[in-house]
Amino acid sequence: MSQNVGTARVKRGMAEMLKGGVIMDVVNVEQAKIAEAAGAVAVMALERVPADIRAQGGVARMSDPDMIEKIKAAVSIPVMAKARIGHFVEAQILQSLGVDYIDESEVLTPADMENHIDKWNFTIPFVCGATNLGEALRRINEGAAMIRSKGEAGTGDVSNAMTHMRSIGGEIRRLSTLREDELYVAAKNMQAPYDLVKEVAETGKLPVVLFTAGGIATPADAALMMQMGADGVFIGSGIYKSGDPAARAAACVKATTFFDDPKVLADVSRGLGEAMVGINVADLPVAHRLAERGW
Amino acid sequence: MRVGVLALQGDFREHLFALEECGVSASLIRRPSELAAVDALVLPGGESTAIANLARSFDLFDPLKARISAGMPVYGSCAGMILLADRVLDAAVGQETFGGLDITVRRNAFGSQVDSFETDLDFAGITNPPVRAVFIRAPWVESVGPSVEVFATFEHAVAVRQGALLATSFHPELTGDNRIHRFFIESVARPALEKAAVK
Repeated sequence: MSQNVGTARVKRGMAEMLKGGVIMDVVNVEQAKIAEAAGAVAVMALERVPADIRAQGGVARMSDPDMIEKIKAAVSIPVMAKARIGHFVEAQILQSLGVDYIDESEVLTPADMENHIDKWNFTIPFVCGATNLGEALRRINEGAAMIRSKGEAGTGDVSNAMTHMRSIGGEIRRLSTLREDELYVAAKNMQAPYDLVKEVAETGKLPVVLFTAGGIATPADAALMMQMGADGVFIGSGIYKSGDPAARAAACVKATTFFDDPKVLADVSRGLGEAMVGINVADLPVAHRLAERGW
Repeated sequence: MRVGVLALQGDFREHLFALEECGVSASLIRRPSELAAVDALVLPGGESTAIANLARSFDLFDPLKARISAGMPVYGSCAGMILLADRVLDAAVGQETFGGLDITVRRNAFGSQVDSFETDLDFAGITNPPVRAVFIRAPWVESVGPSVEVFATFEHAVAVRQGALLATSFHPELTGDNRIHRFFIESVARPALEKAAVK
């Protein structure tokens, strides 16, 4: 019997399996093992976490294949890696390495100031960032099989993630109240394909899994995003820039599962040591705001 | 019949919808008290390491293992199959399973996500049309004990049953085809529960 790889169902289905889970940024084998032991559903292999990319500046690119392969060899959970926005050759390389998901990420320096990667050309699935529903639907139209709200990576400030989740959720709710003959203008206004706008209006949700990312630093942050309707969370700098990464990682995993149980959240929030120091998004110069990358 | 879906992590909502469409009373399970209130259980797709960890942390691991040993009907898809297996190859360090199924599974046996696929599959008793099976970083069954029946094969065994336990490497909950859930309820769980009631 014939088998089909890389179908939309297989790509989107992979994200379905990650739901209710935490995906953690890791920069080496040791961190990847801590993440797996803490109950992460996947790791994002990268050379510098967003907080360090921010601090060190310069052009941020795809990670060294050696480093990605070492992490792949060290853990049994899925391994994701980041390609620059529009850098389809980095994506080809990552696909050839057999990573499980590519994040076309604004955390890296964009390679194309107009176009994103044509993700339909790949067998491997992609996750892309979005700040609003129009952006999410443009990415899905290009073949993204999973969306994450962007937040402001590397800050430990959850306010932008909150803004983006409210925006995506609010626009979905608004679409479902419109008359069918108003959806054409809605599609025009949000610069998104009509067919996807219509689908969201009918189903009341995105056609792919929606995670949250950017600025999540505590179990309470993770639970906040889950209560806002996220299917799961990415935690980047928040874990390994904190005082006790293993404890914080495990606590965030538990908080994501029991996001609606304040008693559990109180228990897992105890004695975690220092959270990452963080940067207020409002203090960031506009040029350093990563969420504004992507078109 | 009250059927629970273990809801610690993974695509438990898809299983919940499938069960509801089959007309049974279905609920999500995250606590021992919730487990105690159901007659049968579904273990969803997800990450088997994360699910086992969470079950351990929230005092579900041992009660669940005990219920399985005591004959509770359980269906597991993908990660759920791994969690039901007595033996796991390519496991994470220290990875535990609930066990109960006398099988050896190999995790991520078909490869990484670029090798994930869908295909038509003949599943014992469900043939017209064949089951559209979605395999996502799926395990396969490397070997089975004497009392395990193999229901479907793709390169290796990918659907097995032993008494009240059913497991598939693939994800019927992703296709909107509820025949395998229906098979679990009508042909696996209901007979097992009726037999237990007579005793």
